[in-house]
Amino acid sequence: MEEVDVEPTTTPIPGFDSNQKHLGFVWGPGDILVYETIYKASGGSAGGCPFVHEVRKDEDIYSPILRKLFNESHHIFVGLQRIREDLPSKNKKPQFVSISKNYRSVIRACMEELQQVAVSTQDAALATQYGNQVSILLAVELIWNLCEVLFIDAAPAGSLVLHLLDWVRLHKADVDEKAREVLASESPAEHQAYWDVVISYVLQGRMDEARQVLVKQAALQPAARVMFKLLDNLLMKMPIFNPGETQTLTEFDVKWRHWREEVDHCLQDQSFASNRHLEDICKILVGDEDVLLEYKELLSTWYHFLVTRLLFSHPTVKPTELHYYAQSSMHMFLDTRSVPEPLDSILLAAFEFDIHQVIKDCSIALNNWWFVGHLTDLLDHCKLLQSHNLHFGSNLREFLLLEYASGLFTHHSLWQLAVDYFDHCPEFGRVYLELQIERVPLDTERKALKVIRICEQRQMTEQVRSICKIMAKKALRNNRLGSALSWSIRAKDAAFATLISERFLQDYCAKGTFSDLDLIDNLGPAMLLSDRLTFLGKYREFHRLYGEKRFSDAAKLLLSLMTAKIAPHSFWMTLLTDALPLLEQKEVIFSADQTHELMFCLEELTSGKSVPTPDRPMQDEDIETTKIELLRLALARNLAMAIVKEGTVEV
Amino acid sequence: MFVARSIAADHKDLIHDVSYDFHGRRMATCSSDQSVKVWDKSESGDWHCTASWKTHSGSVWRVTWAHPEFGQVLASCSFDRTAAVWEEIVGESNDKQRGQSHWIKRTTLVDSRTSVTDVKFAPKHMGLMLTTCSADGVVRVYEAPDVMNLSQWSLQHEISCKLSCSCISWNPSSSRAHPPMIAVGSDDSNVMYGGKVQIYEYNDNTRKYAKAETLMTVTDAVHDIAFSPNLGRSFHVLAIATKDVRIFKLVPLRKESSSTGPTKFEVQIVAQFDNHNSQVWRVSWNITSTLLASSGDDGCVRLWKANYMDNWKCTGILKGDGSPVNGSSGQPGAMNTMVGSTVQTSQNALNGSAAGRYFFPPLDAPRAGSRYGHLLPPPSLIEHSDAQFSPHSQLPQSPMAIHGQPPQSPLSLHRLYSHSRALNTLPEHD
Repeated sequence: MEEVDVEPTTTPIPGFDSNQKHLGFVWGPGDILVYETIYKASGGSAGGCPFVHEVRKDEDIYSPILRKLFNESHHIFVGLQRIREDLPSKNKKPQFVSISKNYRSVIRACMEELQQVAVSTQDAALATQYGNQVSILLAVELIWNLCEVLFIDAAPAGSLVLHLLDWVRLHKADVDEKAREVLASESPAEHQAYWDVVISYVLQGRMDEARQVLVKQAALQPAARVMFKLLDNLLMKMPIFNPGETQTLTEFDVKWRHWREEVDHCLQDQSFASNRHLEDICKILVGDEDVLLEYKELLSTWYHFLVTRLLFSHPTVKPTELHYYAQSSMHMFLDTRSVPEPLDSILLAAFEFDIHQVIKDCSIALNNWWFVGHLTDLLDHCKLLQSHNLHFGSNLREFLLLEYASGLFTHHSLWQLAVDYFDHCPEFGRVYLELQIERVPLDTERKALKVIRICEQRQMTEQVRSICKIMAKKALRNNRLGSALSWSIRAKDAAFATLISERFLQDYCAKGTFSDLDLIDNLGPAMLLSDRLTFLGKYREFHRLYGEKRFSDAAKLLLSLMTAKIAPHSFWMTLLTDALPLLEQKEVIFSADQTHELMFCLEELTSGKSVPTPDRPMQDEDIETTKIELLRLALARNLAMAIVKEGTVEV
Repeated sequence: MFVARSIAADHKDLIHDVSYDFHGRRMATCSSDQSVKVWDKSESGDWHCTASWKTHSGSVWRVTWAHPEFGQVLASCSFDRTAAVWEEIVGESNDKQRGQSHWIKRTTLVDSRTSVTDVKFAPKHMGLMLTTCSADGVVRVYEAPDVMNLSQWSLQHEISCKLSCSCISWNPSSSRAHPPMIAVGSDDSNVMYGGKVQIYEYNDNTRKYAKAETLMTVTDAVHDIAFSPNLGRSFHVLAIATKDVRIFKLVPLRKESSSTGPTKFEVQIVAQFDNHNSQVWRVSWNITSTLLASSGDDGCVRLWKANYMDNWKCTGILKGDGSPVNGSSGQPGAMNTMVGSTVQTSQNALNGSAAGRYFFPPLDAPRAGSRYGHLLPPPSLIEHSDAQFSPHSQLPQSPMAIHGQPPQSPLSLHRLYSHSRALNTLPEHD
């Protein structure tokens, strides 16, 4: 297949001379930053470089109106993916046609809105931009419509011309506008555009409308009444194929040939010789190409010419014969000098049923993945790509969808649509999603949760872990310990949970209260993530028991924290200090055995550091010593009371 | 493509590197003025310089961000023979109000005896590791064993490459099938010294990096090198900036299970472009490696793209418009001046015509007799286009609509268009 080669587009960077310096760059998520630099190590210092320029890839995404196109078409796309694979493709055809129409109606709606703002805006540059977008969408819809007729609906001979007529009528809409203007004028028949309207109607095969307008003229020329009546009769009798009826194509053909002979007869008779306009109409009815080409202005495009030519000369044309008439029509209509524009080549490729070429040319000419992506996906669902190109069929679809979805991902809200597109790309969709989704800026916790939900639904555990870790780190930096802890629990990051637990305990030592009680009270099994977190949870539980005045439970827990080595050594002094008020209670809470154990703990703690560290201020040392003295006293007294009490009970 | 905005960087000398953070919300610039600046993107998309400080006592060649899992961490390398690690700390509240942040130096890596030419963090699955390479031909791999304490870095590996090193790239693959792998490029211009790209692979048994491959066909000076994201493939793709742009595919050959040596590769060249005419200085992949960008002696940035048949082509060029550099450079007070508005207006027209260039003339100038005049809906459309619509409601909903005539959709289309006289209804006779 011939490769269409197009020169790459050049984007000018202002205030920079490529002949003198190098252009440095860095990739961003949706843009490239460029800056001037000199890479040669020997390159002399050239003073400051003024600017870093942000070069955007795709401005379409940022248009609020096109955003609607992306949103709406996303729903259609998802619906299309749900059509069951196992249905025989025959049954699916009406569905595909209807989906195709839905896509087109979204394009049309978008076009109308763009047109509206283009006209109402005061900003000339903006108006031009909108105008360009409208032109592109018009072309897109024109191509899509033709693809729908030829490939998706795949109308057979007979119906084919009718569909093509509809296609032309839809895209050559200025006739109605002109007709309205003519009919609204004081004397329609004398309006300068009168005959243009009549002939335009005839060229589009809209005979009833043509007849209605013709009546106006007939009324003015009573002398020519017979002639007008004759033409009216011919127009009325023109057979139109009706696929709904029982009539066969052959029957229609016979009928049509009869009619044509009759028209021909009238021409031979010179029935309309006295009126040039009526004579021309009559010649059009027999498909006189020279006369048709005289009305180039009214036809305005070669494909209108093609369809009109088919209507009057070959109304039963088969799809396989189309390419012949399309090529010849294009050559007859276009100047021999003028080179066909991309739109012409694309339409011609469609008439030649070269789907691959259509997609390829569109992706080159349009610079817009929305159209090729969705159209290719639809054609792929219609099983049209495989038959045309066995080897690359599904790859082409995926390639285009990946491109489109990657573009969406650079947008701060459209990225969520892209997820569904990636989901429906079996080969690389998941990897692309993994690479893209971890780059979504986690501005808020809500956004982070949204991203995580998407990852969790797809078992992307590594991404979930990473996002939680980033959020934990961020929360810690901002001193939000509770949030940091819950994120690190979610990330199952033991080291980080340990660190944050440590911070909680430090905070408690400094302030005497815990923050984020809700979280710590409800840790549940998550507590087991790290030893330190377990301790934090248990220690908080001790405080709760204490607060609820369940002193013996509290005391038991406190002791176990030390004996079971859950508490870090550094924290033992705090725990022992916490034991003080329990020891000082009137009733005995720590039993004699428990008190012994507490004493062991205290000794274990103090025996290690008998030598006072020199850099520690004396005052601290004093407080520490006093604390230990107090503890020893309290322990001794409690032991005495406990022994007495236990002895009393035993007796 | 178009220039959306321009940021007055206000460096007092050449910028050597600009680096985006992982999420694209921050960037760092470094310069011959020995400083690094950090820029934050606001909600509206404007860039604000939130920190600027002297980092080295020589030109700063490269600056790079660590993965955000490790916090807000930067590394820089310089002509002053050192690399440094920087961490942002949450400052005083009045700093925040002024929109400034504090970066403190966590460590200076002083092992190199010559200019440190590149600095890269290893892929995050390997932990917090930093690699440098230097003109004396040594690649050094450092590790911060405690990610909470960035002032401790230990030199884990020193790889002697024998040739002056200019650039390094880690293979980003986190697949277990791929041991850690690093590519090193040399800017030694003596072609007699052989291949200028070496691939080193970590060996689990020896716990050392060993050379797995030398790209013998690349004999000219190499200035930049970049592994592409792996995309779950078994092979690796490597882009190289030398006298041209080259893309290589490294296909691991199957190892014998008893073998403990480094992986052997089949090296295939995928593409080679000499469009820059001479030296190429930088190559870099976008996130999903669908695009490769390169910068060369022609003063242009070129974008390369493969189609679905893996044919590579230049799809875009960023090129100076040749206008003289305007006088605002180096103005001390010009910090963060946005010149975007003026640039943008002039660009819009350009870019608009680029987008529409294949199809249609601009809306407001339908030439008389234009072949496309008919495609432009007349303005009368406007006053009628107030109807709201939602295509959701047009999706066929009843099973009837699916198997028989799809009555809803043409009808709703009709409804959609009936208000607009200029656009005809879609065909309804199917």
